[in-house]
Amino acid sequence: MKHKRAIERRRFLKGAMGAASLVALSGCDNLAQSSWLPGILSKAERLTEAVQRAVIPRDALAKEYSSSDISAVFPANGNTDPSTENYAEHVARNFIGWTVEVVGLVKTPRSWTIAALKELPSRTQITRHDCVEGWSAIGKWSGVPVGDLMHQVDPLPNARYAVFHCADVDDEGIAYYESMAVADCYHPQTILAYELNDRPLDVAHGAPLRLRFERQLGYKQAKYVMKIELVESLAGIGGGKGGYWEDQGYEWYAGI
Amino acid sequence: MEAYAQPTLEPSEDRNIVSNPAVFSKPSVERVYRHQLPVRVSHWINVPCLLILIMSGLQIFNAHPSLYWGDRSDGDHPLLVIRSTQTGSGDSKGVTTVLGYQFDTTGVLGYSNGSNRAFPAWATIPSAKWLAMGRQWHLFFAWLFVINGLIFTAYALASRHVTCDLVPARKDWRNIGQSIRSHLSLTQSGVVHSRGYNVLQKITYTAILLVVAPLIVLTGLAMSPTLDTACPWVLTILGGRQAARTIHFIACFSFVGFIVVHILQVVLTGFTNNLRSMITGWLTVRREGVSHEA
Repeated sequence: MKHKRAIERRRFLKGAMGAASLVALSGCDNLAQSSWLPGILSKAERLTEAVQRAVIPRDALAKEYSSSDISAVFPANGNTDPSTENYAEHVARNFIGWTVEVVGLVKTPRSWTIAALKELPSRTQITRHDCVEGWSAIGKWSGVPVGDLMHQVDPLPNARYAVFHCADVDDEGIAYYESMAVADCYHPQTILAYELNDRPLDVAHGAPLRLRFERQLGYKQAKYVMKIELVESLAGIGGGKGGYWEDQGYEWYAGI
Repeated sequence: MEAYAQPTLEPSEDRNIVSNPAVFSKPSVERVYRHQLPVRVSHWINVPCLLILIMSGLQIFNAHPSLYWGDRSDGDHPLLVIRSTQTGSGDSKGVTTVLGYQFDTTGVLGYSNGSNRAFPAWATIPSAKWLAMGRQWHLFFAWLFVINGLIFTAYALASRHVTCDLVPARKDWRNIGQSIRSHLSLTQSGVVHSRGYNVLQKITYTAILLVVAPLIVLTGLAMSPTLDTACPWVLTILGGRQAARTIHFIACFSFVGFIVVHILQVVLTGFTNNLRSMITGWLTVRREGVSHEA
């Protein structure tokens, strides 16, 4: 009798545990839709950012490779053609009239044509691009350090974020944008690139200007940059999370 | 990590826990305090952590279901590719290519439940394709796993759990042949439990705790482009960023293999007894017919 009860108890325990694990797993999907869970999970991003910023020297450089390491094909991800009328005109005119302006919380707002940017001191770097999906490609980027532009516009003390506004929109007409801490703009490898592998950027890779923010994942590397706006808060811009992908649930701090 | 007790064919090891050595012919039962509280707590924190880390990791893997060596993912020589293809009749099938060898894995890998996806919905968190949410789960529980692991390591070193219970001693290695034979014979029920771990347990737990777990954390961190700026040598040692991703994947499936065998052993060697010992700490040790000893 005792033996039988033990077996029944064991059977019940096994069943209960099996059921519990199933509920737990399908529960993950329901929890992910809840209002509170994503808030808790995203605490990890804050922790990652705090720890990485505390531990890693601000000016540490991303590894630079040699020309023999360059990927034969550098994949073009995300939007590969803004395909707006305005952009098509710029393509037809070889981006002669394209300007990038730096505005917002700065002492002296300025704008540059591509030709004017190319007259500024440039930086060339062969770096690895790590996509959030998992692939990596190595390319040679040339452009102007964003820090140099910052020195010219002189950010106000309350400027915390640099928002990069782009010329591309998605299928629903939502404009692409990205943002980074103003402090990160001064990293020597943060550049507005106009060349990839010694050739002017092509449309698929973000012509005429794309951001290279080498210490973070690929989705931070905004293409088709036309305006840099310095702000105190990201609220009210786009979906308020600091970028097109961030508004879709990706981390703003894309250091891992 | 250490939820089960292995049988041993060396009753001499158990001499100190027999309650009444005079009663050799009758079974003797004794309860031993097998698992200290910090070990039990960290074990049960690891259960949901590992389950969620593995399943959300497969979600992340599904976003680019190929593995490479080196720094780049050039596509020329992937070590592993999981994809779907169209057959002549227009049906989809799942194809897994490992080191150039192709396998039809329709229904599980590459194509499952009418969907083109590397790992099937039942194996990923969230079940639908949702990379952003998969990363949120993964990175949150990665922190929990790392913090738990650091506390466990500090405890295990300070309490000498590592040196006394886990790392095989010289005398353990002498018993390895016998231990392998007893495992292979699969006659585990009714065999005695011993107070400490047997040599195969020690090797396995040491490898998982001291090699696989640190390696999975290290390769995970090495995939961080920010961290690579401070310690680029880590990627150099690991063989590149894509190599780190490949090692991370292999370490993950080492965990999967460990967990499967671990649970199997827990069930085979007395499920309730083992489960109770990992909850309360107390394991019942039964010794039957030890007259062959001496």
